[in-house]
Amino acid sequence: MAVIKVHGIPLSTAAARVIACLNEKGLEFDLIPVDMGSGEHKKEPFLSLSPFGQVPAFEDGDLKLFESRAITKYIAQEYGDKGTPLLASGKEMAIVSVWMEVEAHQYDPVAMKLAWELALKPHFGMQVDDAVVAENEEKLGKVLDIYEARLSVSKYLGGDVFTLADLHHLPTLSYLMNTQAKKLFEPRPKVSAWVADIFSRPAWRKFLELREQK
Amino acid sequence: MAEETLAGQVLKQVLKLHGLPMSSCTTRVMICLHEKGVEFELVPVDLFTGQHKQPPFLDKNPFGQIPVLEDGDLTIFESRAITQYISEKYKDQGTDLVHPGSLEQCTMVKVWSEVESHQFNPVISPIIYQFFVEPLQGKSPDQAIVDENLEKLRMVLDVYEERLGKTKYLAGDFFSLADLHHMPFLFYFMKTPWSSVVDERAKVKAWWEDISSRDAFKKVAEGMKFGEN
Repeated sequence: MAVIKVHGIPLSTAAARVIACLNEKGLEFDLIPVDMGSGEHKKEPFLSLSPFGQVPAFEDGDLKLFESRAITKYIAQEYGDKGTPLLASGKEMAIVSVWMEVEAHQYDPVAMKLAWELALKPHFGMQVDDAVVAENEEKLGKVLDIYEARLSVSKYLGGDVFTLADLHHLPTLSYLMNTQAKKLFEPRPKVSAWVADIFSRPAWRKFLELREQK
Repeated sequence: MAEETLAGQVLKQVLKLHGLPMSSCTTRVMICLHEKGVEFELVPVDLFTGQHKQPPFLDKNPFGQIPVLEDGDLTIFESRAITQYISEKYKDQGTDLVHPGSLEQCTMVKVWSEVESHQFNPVISPIIYQFFVEPLQGKSPDQAIVDENLEKLRMVLDVYEERLGKTKYLAGDFFSLADLHHMPFLFYFMKTPWSSVVDERAKVKAWWEDISSRDAFKKVAEGMKFGEN
């Protein structure tokens, strides 16, 4: 058994975030499924690993973590010399930090609502709320306008190279681009090119193959 | 701090923080600056005239929100990116807020900082908004929104209660950014009619009393008069 364990399922955007990061680093890990349908994530022993009852939970030897963006930051720091460098240093790291916070606070709340309505609810046979969709499509459009301006002066969000600031977007983007929300990206060429670029990364493609299988 | 020469004098260029002394996100950064003993200049931003939604402010933060930090030629926004930057840059002075020397400790700071961002912040900020901001716009708080979020906040603080039964602070037995990030919204929350949500949880209450007694926080809290004349 590998030293690194991810407790979760590929359908989960948060678990996907962690798996994409492990793939970028070329790290082996065991994916231990969590039966969310039967509420396994809301009971012990899962709660001892992730007390808010959310996937993923993560183990690296004795270290037990939760919150996907803490896990990715840990992986990027601890395995800094392996695979893709996903962070930076000095003033460049300050900018990467800014855009990681942008993903967490400006983009993700809106993107997750849309991904839930347009991609996940249909998957679970639930009714889509058109009002929520309309409201969040408008909000996402405004965020993407800012991304368009940013990506006109910077190849990636955090700077000239791919970092966690870009990676953290992959799971929700992947859902959105398979729904009507993709129309928000088409009129924004820099954003579209950035999405196509980060989607083409081998580490992400490897995750998508895993998601297909499961 | 960058140094520049002016008429033969060597001046230290002081950090500029664009924001307001009662803004939760600005005070999140100010508490951090005081904990680290870093000098800064608070440059007020006039939210009422929409200064934050126009150039030149939008050139500093395209999302049109306070605060923004300027450190020489570096301009950064998002309060939690700013606190991270300050904690790293000034790691050798003031309170150690991120514990870079210990892998386990700095990782726990990351985990519980993410908890504040993703579990605590989304449920407490609508309550603060309804109670403090809506009245400024002549509206009454929407009790349904408050009640929905109070229920979620109780569940989040139950997890904190258990955690704080094992460690003195959230990331471990040391005060860190993970605790600090909670302080502005908790301060305001304790002024609402629903502060019992904290008081009913003995460990959470003791933790709040401890961290809010810190000198750095007390200095900043003097300016946090939201909705008071």
